[in-house]
Amino acid sequence: MSAVTAEDHDHHDHGPAKGLLRWVITTNHKDIGTLYLLFALLMFFVGGTMALIIRAELFEPGMQFVNPQFFNSMTTMHALVMVFGAVMPAFVGLANWMIPMMIGAPDMALPRMNNMSFWMLVAGILLLASTLLMEGGAPASGWTLYPPLVLQTGTALPFAIFSVHLLGISSIMGAINIIATIFNMRAPAMSLMKMPLFVWTWLITAFLLIAIMPVFAGAVTMLLTDRFFDTSFFNAAGGGDPVLYQHIFWFFGHPEVYVMILPTFGVASTIIPVFARKPLFGYASMVYATAAIAFLSFIVWAHHMFTVGMPIAGELYFMYATMLIAIPTAVKIFNWTATMWKGAMTFETPMLFSIAFVVLFTIGGFTGLMMALAPVDFQYHDTYFIVAHFHYTLVPASVFILMAAGYFWLPKWTGNMYDEKLAKLHFWLSAISVNILFFPQHFLGLAGMPRRIPDYAVQFADWNMISSIGAFIYGPSQLIFAYIVYKTIKGGTGEKVTGEVWEGAKEQSLEWTLSSPPPYHTFTTPPKDVPTMSTSR
Amino acid sequence: MSEGLDKKNTKLVRKLVLIVLGMFGFGYALVPIYNVFCDITGLNGKTASEAVVDVKYEVDLNREITVEFITSLNESAPMIFNTKTKKIKIHPGKYYTVNFYAENKTDKKMVARAIPSVTPGLAAEYFKKTECFCFTEQAFKPREGKIMPVRFVVDPELPAKYKTITLAYTFFDNTDKSVK
Repeated sequence: MSAVTAEDHDHHDHGPAKGLLRWVITTNHKDIGTLYLLFALLMFFVGGTMALIIRAELFEPGMQFVNPQFFNSMTTMHALVMVFGAVMPAFVGLANWMIPMMIGAPDMALPRMNNMSFWMLVAGILLLASTLLMEGGAPASGWTLYPPLVLQTGTALPFAIFSVHLLGISSIMGAINIIATIFNMRAPAMSLMKMPLFVWTWLITAFLLIAIMPVFAGAVTMLLTDRFFDTSFFNAAGGGDPVLYQHIFWFFGHPEVYVMILPTFGVASTIIPVFARKPLFGYASMVYATAAIAFLSFIVWAHHMFTVGMPIAGELYFMYATMLIAIPTAVKIFNWTATMWKGAMTFETPMLFSIAFVVLFTIGGFTGLMMALAPVDFQYHDTYFIVAHFHYTLVPASVFILMAAGYFWLPKWTGNMYDEKLAKLHFWLSAISVNILFFPQHFLGLAGMPRRIPDYAVQFADWNMISSIGAFIYGPSQLIFAYIVYKTIKGGTGEKVTGEVWEGAKEQSLEWTLSSPPPYHTFTTPPKDVPTMSTSR
Repeated sequence: MSEGLDKKNTKLVRKLVLIVLGMFGFGYALVPIYNVFCDITGLNGKTASEAVVDVKYEVDLNREITVEFITSLNESAPMIFNTKTKKIKIHPGKYYTVNFYAENKTDKKMVARAIPSVTPGLAAEYFKKTECFCFTEQAFKPREGKIMPVRFVVDPELPAKYKTITLAYTFFDNTDKSVK
């Protein structure tokens, strides 16, 4: 069934433009979604290669392959590329593809701005990458860009800062577009509390983005003027305070990590009910929990800086506020578990990744709770325990769910089925190696190994070697995913899929009522009914 | 796209852009907010960078507090900076003077600035200086060495739990930045 019908006289039905230029000038939400997703995948491999350089250097104690300056550039660039080039754009890509189809809209609300925000992202990343070739090397201060260290960056500093500006403007435009689409373009039958959770989580994420990206832009602008225009925002000699930067940065930085996890929650809440063949448990509580997490993210920032020298009252406040976040997050974990409870479950690859997400994200959540305790955080601060914690919440959580989303919607996007056998191989290799990679880092951190160092005491040698072995299994296994995506686009297993793809999916969300692949323009007339299996009680 | 929708979109985008601009401003507003907050609460060990008026306190001879002095140089500023008095025992309410020594190790003129910090941070507001080389930038002739006094008093109101106060000075070489 196609939503584009002959009686659609308002629009003459035109397909995509011909040739490569189609991808440059396109304003179609599906094309832009594809661009975002492919670009994010490419950046995932770029950032991953940097991670492998780090793990290669840490395979054994002593200096092996790179000099310390370059090593520090790698940790910094790996983080910036993964955060701003891979995970965030991947979710924006999913939003572009899925939100209009999920809410019965013909396209995004602001298609031209959509195109601009994608190409601005590419420009920002290119600018960032160019710093690798500059005198003095790429930024090497860690992704947090703390002064005074970051002010020692060579020629690269202003370029890195302008690249952050570009990436920020790009995601602000993306966020504005998503809010406008959700508020103004929903099919009449799609009330707010009937929206799929992926749409809900993105709506809340978009508000986070427009609130925090400008603050970050301000912080790096202050760095810029401190370095080149003799201001003293963070310069103690001029009456400024470097600790101030940390406050501003983490006011941005803490909500920022939720920008990467909230859409993850949304996708998990979309996939799990389909393969459990049940409605999502506690739809409304999922919405409220997401909003609660988003709100709390603004008032907990200083738990990143317990060791900076805060008075006891401050430590206690930020400690308890942080621990509060565990409550809405646990609501979500229990809801996913309850959704699976007594479901007629099947274990296709998207479901496998989603279940692994629920389990492994919980580990990352628990270590987060440990670090929320101010007194013990003094031991964990700036060690590999932190590295293990946030990689558990990002790799087997956000990245796994992005993989799940890829497998879940690839058949819808392409009309072809992916190779389930290869996909399962990809899953098992990833799920096992990701734990070999990151679990030992907990032990290293507790034993006192600091992060962002190219060399370490020999007592850390064993677990570092195991961690590096995990990395060198995990990294290359992701090439299987790239191959599966390529193969599926080129025809997949040869099996054509139906519009619904997954049994019963039509009851869950609107996109499955369209053909696979969906026509270039969809829902030019809004659908009359919307699926309510998961949303109404 | 219908005209009504275009209008709705424009209206919404305008509001959202206002939020964005507002938040950019808020980022900058955090600077004064932070400073005022630290001033009021005395967090962060920031001590007054201006002299306080010479008030006569009642000297509390029953109480003894240790005051420690730490000197350091930022980014290896080309100076010598130290004090012979590493630590003294004082009575709250009584005025004391401690001498510091700083020397320019270069053959050029130098302008430097000392930044004080008091630990524990919450004791900072009770630590009062009537005279300090940190109130202004210090100019040094080539190779010049100076003895610089600090005159201070600890307010007898200082809560009883504080037994030791540490005053740390860091000298910053401001020669390039100073407008002279």
